[in-house]
Amino acid sequence: MLKITGLEVKLEEEEKQILKGVDLSIEPGMVHAIMGPNGSGKSTLSYVLSGKGGYEVTGGSAALEGNDLLDMEPEERAAAGLFLAFQYPVEIPGVGNMTFLRTAVNAQRKVRGEPELSAGDFLKEVRAKAKDLRIDAEMLKRPVNVGFSGGEKKRNEILQMAMLEPKMCILDETDSGLDVDAMKLVADGVNALRSEGRSFLVITHYQRLLDHIKPDIVHIMADGRIVKSGGPELALEVENNGYADILAEVA
Amino acid sequence: MALAKQKLDATEARLADVALPEGAAWGMSARTAALARVRQMGLPTRRDEYWKYTDPTTLTAADAPQAAVLQSDEEPLFDTVDRVRIVFVDGVFDADASDDLTAEGVEIERLADAMATDIHWAKELYGVLEARGQRPVERPLAALNTALATDGVVIRVTGQAEKPINLIYLHKDNASDAILHNLVKVEAGAAVTLLETGPAAARFSKSLEVDVAEGGRFNHVRAQGRDHERRAVTHCFARIAAHSTFKSFTMTFNGVLTRNECVLEIVGDDAVAHVAGACVGDGRDFHHDDTVFITHDAVNCESRQVFKKVLRNGATGVFQGKILVKEGAQKTDGYQISQSLLLDDDSQFLAKPELEIYADDVACSHGSTSGAIDETALFYLCSRGIPQHDARKLLTLSFLAEALEEIEDQTLTEELRDRLEGWLSRHS
Repeated sequence: MLKITGLEVKLEEEEKQILKGVDLSIEPGMVHAIMGPNGSGKSTLSYVLSGKGGYEVTGGSAALEGNDLLDMEPEERAAAGLFLAFQYPVEIPGVGNMTFLRTAVNAQRKVRGEPELSAGDFLKEVRAKAKDLRIDAEMLKRPVNVGFSGGEKKRNEILQMAMLEPKMCILDETDSGLDVDAMKLVADGVNALRSEGRSFLVITHYQRLLDHIKPDIVHIMADGRIVKSGGPELALEVENNGYADILAEVA
Repeated sequence: MALAKQKLDATEARLADVALPEGAAWGMSARTAALARVRQMGLPTRRDEYWKYTDPTTLTAADAPQAAVLQSDEEPLFDTVDRVRIVFVDGVFDADASDDLTAEGVEIERLADAMATDIHWAKELYGVLEARGQRPVERPLAALNTALATDGVVIRVTGQAEKPINLIYLHKDNASDAILHNLVKVEAGAAVTLLETGPAAARFSKSLEVDVAEGGRFNHVRAQGRDHERRAVTHCFARIAAHSTFKSFTMTFNGVLTRNECVLEIVGDDAVAHVAGACVGDGRDFHHDDTVFITHDAVNCESRQVFKKVLRNGATGVFQGKILVKEGAQKTDGYQISQSLLLDDDSQFLAKPELEIYADDVACSHGSTSGAIDETALFYLCSRGIPQHDARKLLTLSFLAEALEEIEDQTLTEELRDRLEGWLSRHS
């Protein structure tokens, strides 16, 4: 599904290397998690994969189903099946959540040569999916993320994911700012989307999210590289001993 | 004062050949008094404080610069709304194109007919609010309009108007120079919605005087038409009584020069006055100026000014907005925001927000910003698969939203939003 090879990235504006050769391969249907201390490059990886400006790729490659991601505009990556759930979803006053979702869904369908969803079909689908995430009609009507609580914003991200049906989902610190109940709700939403053809990359500081979204493989990232990979037990090791031991071990 | 003399001499020269429109009785004396005001103040020049950012030369010149008529197959705005249409073609009332000037709750007459009637309510309003509005800031072009207006309507609202009144200003002649003056008197407890649409003329001078009596409601939605080369100077003077509401929104598309002045005087307690505007301009020759003056002279009143401008390719936007809170106008709640979205480095926004407060128990705030499209928001939309071009359009609409939200009627908002989307699609 996603194949990253020797990815090196620096900030566009300054001489600061952030990713120093990341290798990562995710098979269809798999859930990978990336853990790591602050500043290790986890979020940068998610931004570079989804096409945010301000970064310069200085080496390596990233491909989604064999297609070079780094060559595409953000909207092309989305249409190709990539989705990033933001750590800080952006508020957009004056644009209704529903309008936003429908514009996005139909833009992607158009690129893929599929007919646009009619207003009626769209409404039916969005209502059903919103209900599972306990997003009420009022939230759908409101401007995108404006006045949403932290939990509502994250649930709204998952709703977008559910509507856009991407192949490769990246969750950037989706657990940040959530209490246990809110985290469980978000995790249930993600788990409902797990399928054979859909892969996940879950970026997180803490193990607790991985109690709810069970990963197949866990990677530890430090200083711009993946320094250790293993099974779910690796996340527990972090939880129990912190990052220091693992980092000392690989140093 | 050599400068002042120079200005007055220039004014005399400009007015030398000016003849007041024919008419009898009180109309003539109102015009004569207005012309005397112009002579005394002098026509504006770039040296005047309130014309520093906007050059009035083409507005004061004897001859109007030509303006090509825009060929467009767009449906007339607000066509889906049941309304009384009053049509002016290049500033001349067109009875055939207009509906019957009747609707429940309102009395509508042509200005000339009102002026021909010896005893008429319009006598107490025509040029009266304009004259009051000359202090503390002079507005000579408004006095000139009072003196020279050739047409217009006077509307008396006696109850709940059954439907909106739509003044439709068509532009058909490249060289037209139109001067209109309209009056609206909202009686106690009455309510009306006034719509104004269209580019009007190559050069358009228009005044609107609105008197809202106790508990009255006046709603105003205006769309200044798309003709690119047109020029307009408009004034709205309103007197707002206790427990009444005044709301005005203006959408401006294109125009090489637009100066919209709004002068509101809140004279009764617990009244509400909102004035808002959104404009979109493209090109070095686009110049749009909102000049607002709101006087609070009563207790526990609220005023809001919300102005948003989208400027691209070297366009210029101006905002001069003032809140004056007089002595004793306690519990005043005044809010003013003016913002521009600059879509490139060449465009500019000049803002002069002013507060002058002589009461000690008030809440007034003002803010003014200029900025580009938010890159983070743009990335967010694009990352959901929305093409960059559409994402920019959405963010531009998002920027304008706060101003559009000032319109009370959702149907009108939606129509203007559609027009905006059309404009943004053409200009990107």
